[in-house]
Amino acid sequence: MMDWVAIGLTARLAGCAALALLAIGLPIAYWLATTHWRGRVFVEAVVALPLVLPPTVLGFYLLVAFGPRHHFGQWYETLTGHLLPFSFGGLLIASVIYSLPFAVQPFTVAFRSLDPAFADIAKTFGATRLQIFWHVAVPMAWHGILAGFVLSFAHTLGEFGVVLMVGGNIPGVTRTLSISIYDQVQSLNYAAAAWNSSFLLLVCFAILSITYLLQRHFRIA
Amino acid sequence: MKAVVMQSRLSWALVAIVGYHGAVLSLRAAETEATQTITVAAAADLKFALDPIVADFQKQHSNVTVRVSYGSSGNLFAQIDNGAPFDLFLSADIDFPRKLIENKKAVADSLFSYAVGRIVVWVPKDSPIDVEKLGIESLLTPSVRKIAIANPEHAPYGRAAVAAMKKLGVYDKVSSKLVLGENIAQAAQFVESGAADIGLIALSLAVSPKMKGEGRYSEVPPDAYLRLEQGGVILSASKQPDLARQFRAMVVGPQGRETLQRYGFILPE
Repeated sequence: MMDWVAIGLTARLAGCAALALLAIGLPIAYWLATTHWRGRVFVEAVVALPLVLPPTVLGFYLLVAFGPRHHFGQWYETLTGHLLPFSFGGLLIASVIYSLPFAVQPFTVAFRSLDPAFADIAKTFGATRLQIFWHVAVPMAWHGILAGFVLSFAHTLGEFGVVLMVGGNIPGVTRTLSISIYDQVQSLNYAAAAWNSSFLLLVCFAILSITYLLQRHFRIA
Repeated sequence: MKAVVMQSRLSWALVAIVGYHGAVLSLRAAETEATQTITVAAAADLKFALDPIVADFQKQHSNVTVRVSYGSSGNLFAQIDNGAPFDLFLSADIDFPRKLIENKKAVADSLFSYAVGRIVVWVPKDSPIDVEKLGIESLLTPSVRKIAIANPEHAPYGRAAVAAMKKLGVYDKVSSKLVLGENIAQAAQFVESGAADIGLIALSLAVSPKMKGEGRYSEVPPDAYLRLEQGGVILSASKQPDLARQFRAMVVGPQGRETLQRYGFILPE
């Protein structure tokens, strides 16, 4: 009944995407929160694009741009030895783009809510910008960072359209839980679809509940 | 005083808006009286072949619009079985339409067979593989990394592809290279775009104007897989079964048969 291969793969994909978004999202968010450059609104708009664009747009670009007939695709192939579609790496890139706002936006809010006095004090002690980021901003904004990490993990669990377009439905490589449920419904295997759907429902509910509980707890404390 | 003026302006604006919408609605009502729409759920292998048939039908019935939704037959079957409001279902096999009659979702005596599908091994035109000479053995070429087929779980062409690979003794050697399209048109897109190196797709897609110049193919021997007899039914939910019958007559009539033959289908006797 339960598609454990797909569940394992989905968890791995969501975990890798959330970690990658931590590495990519934190510097972007810190820069967005501290810069005074007026053009930052355009960067914010780019970051927010996956919230409103249909996954088919991303799927189309990934398929075509990373196909063998385009420079990106050829470059990616020489770098990794395979093409982006139908691979775990391809899904990971798609997930990172797709969940970008779910990481960067909470990170940015958390950094903006910090009292700038702390950074100023650190600066008077001779701290560099990197040191301030690493030893002042990140530890103080940790609850917002946790929220962004968890949200991007949960959002990747629910990814469907992009995976359907560029995944190729390979068991253990690109057949995520959402695709597996889709297949079960098409094959009229409603019992299996119900088991896997309720599993995903409960996991996502638990993740979000814990996140909101933590946030409330630390806001009050 | 000012507030009163504002209010009266607002109500005039409202009257204007309501009046406009009323006019638009009555226009639409007049339109639907004049034109009728039938909706067809069609297997993805018909993606290009059905267009000329629809065009012919609309030429003969100038007040009828035909809307076609393409998908894998299994996907469309699941939708219809759960109440999707189509008039006619053109499947890529004959079992799904039969099952719909069993489930009382299709009209009991409406089953018809309209074509027999064929599958081909297809490579993009810049591929180094000599597909015309190698046939199904092309799949074993070392440079092949990904093979596109339709999902055998719910697409008849996917089932036929797997059966043929098993029968011809290549399945075990290539099963790790398979990528599954949601339907046969997506499988064709995977290999047409070069994302997959080779594919087992419907002949009707390979000969379509969109794909014709883009690649080379060779036919899979028809005795290697179960005959892809394609059937259709008129659905119980149809509010205009007569119109659906007329469209069916077009598909199985001389014009429809001529088009289907041109797209590589074998015609049922």
